[in-house]
Amino acid sequence: MKLQTENISKQFDGVPILEDINIHLQEGELVCLLGVSGGGKTTLFNLIAGLSRPDSGRVLLDGQDVTGRPGQVSYMLQKDLLLPFRSVADNVALPLLIQGMDKKAARERVLPHFEPFGLAGTQDQYPGQLSGGMRQRAALLRTYMFGRSLALLDEPFSALDTITKGNIHRWYLEVMEKIRLSTLFITHDIDEAILLSDRIYILAGRPGRITHEIPILEPRPRPADFPLTPAFLDYKREIIESMHLNQ
Amino acid sequence: MTQKLQSITAKLAPATLITALLLLWQLCSGLGAVPKFMLPSPVDVLAAFIGDFPALMQHARVSLSEAFLGLGAALALSFGVAFLMDRFAFARQAVYPLLILTQTIPTVAIAPLLVLWLGYGILPKVVLIVITCFFPMTIGLLGGFASADPDLIRLMQAMGASQGQIFRYVKLPSSAEQFFSSLRISASYSVVGAVIAEWLGGFEGLGVYMMRVKKSYAFDKMFAVILLISIISLLLIRAVDWLKQRAMPWARLQTPNH
Repeated sequence: MKLQTENISKQFDGVPILEDINIHLQEGELVCLLGVSGGGKTTLFNLIAGLSRPDSGRVLLDGQDVTGRPGQVSYMLQKDLLLPFRSVADNVALPLLIQGMDKKAARERVLPHFEPFGLAGTQDQYPGQLSGGMRQRAALLRTYMFGRSLALLDEPFSALDTITKGNIHRWYLEVMEKIRLSTLFITHDIDEAILLSDRIYILAGRPGRITHEIPILEPRPRPADFPLTPAFLDYKREIIESMHLNQ
Repeated sequence: MTQKLQSITAKLAPATLITALLLLWQLCSGLGAVPKFMLPSPVDVLAAFIGDFPALMQHARVSLSEAFLGLGAALALSFGVAFLMDRFAFARQAVYPLLILTQTIPTVAIAPLLVLWLGYGILPKVVLIVITCFFPMTIGLLGGFASADPDLIRLMQAMGASQGQIFRYVKLPSSAEQFFSSLRISASYSVVGAVIAEWLGGFEGLGVYMMRVKKSYAFDKMFAVILLISIISLLLIRAVDWLKQRAMPWARLQTPNH
């Protein structure tokens, strides 16, 4: 088991946000957390990333208790959050610098990855010179350089246009396969969730609870016309119904 | 091509206005509308400037070294204070009102006190410049540190970054823009501060020289000093702009279409 949360609850100023969250992730799995905005998804991510502590419950990573300990999982947000004042290579090398590697060694470590990540030739440019899709790739490469085997992605592609999004989805699944990454993914985009996930958790209600767990059994790699098949629509109907039931 | 043309017109307009104003001034003095000893003509001022050039340079050297010393000290102090105020909430709460308070005290009012306490040497001048320049730089730096994206800080924390690393990699460079804006102001303040401090006592410097020529009613020389102070301030501002360009290469390389 890659990740497990045990009965996590959290409140802010006496208002319960999350109640009794139990989710798990297998090695190499891509799991989506689907829910409406403001439903506590990001709070749950911060708890798993160790940025804050739950009021009760534990976070287990590879069987070890990592509750409240940051720096254990890779973490990526909707905004690419590249530092505008550092070159792309220096941005990507940032996790290595934080871990104490010296600047030159870090640069040498990241450069070979530019080609496979589709970033060839951008290493000395500044993020402001790149397109949105390229910046998101750079952010993913940075996440990868952090070297943790579990990635938390908080709506990482929601700012991209549909075509760029489609390309980056395909590309992400390839990369994930290659480096055996497990991914927990936040989104409010139902299509994206069905397209990418092995399983979908639905987080709903106030305080937020996991109300449904829906496995997507379609084998990988999924064909390009998967979103047009009856199977896809069945999943979509099931998800929409389960989300409505909770409101 | 059109852009170059636009840039030429943009520079031509103020140049024309300034020339017109100088001509008008020359005309007023030449026709005797204002007595010459009260308002020397631009040509007189230029003559005084050239005639007095060695003396002016000598005094400028003194004033400039005071300005640089003061600016340097203010820079170091504001970095230290802004860093502490950013890191420790209680330091911010304690110091902020005091910072504002120091700004309500007019510089001209405390300058004589500084001379009384610290003598006629370089020290009261430097202290006055520090007091003048410290505030805008501290506020600029603080604002700059606070302008760092909180999500970016969250991401750094998630990567296990220490407070020091977050400061170095995120907050410090985030403050560059605002820092240079306040350095620009402070650089010109520092020269004016030196001159004001010298008015009140001293043996050398542009302020001392200014007082001297004023007492002898040599208004053409007085204007020559004012001209020199303006030139120095302008050059300092240009120097800061140049420094900013060098220190912030990313700001130039922004593609505007996304």
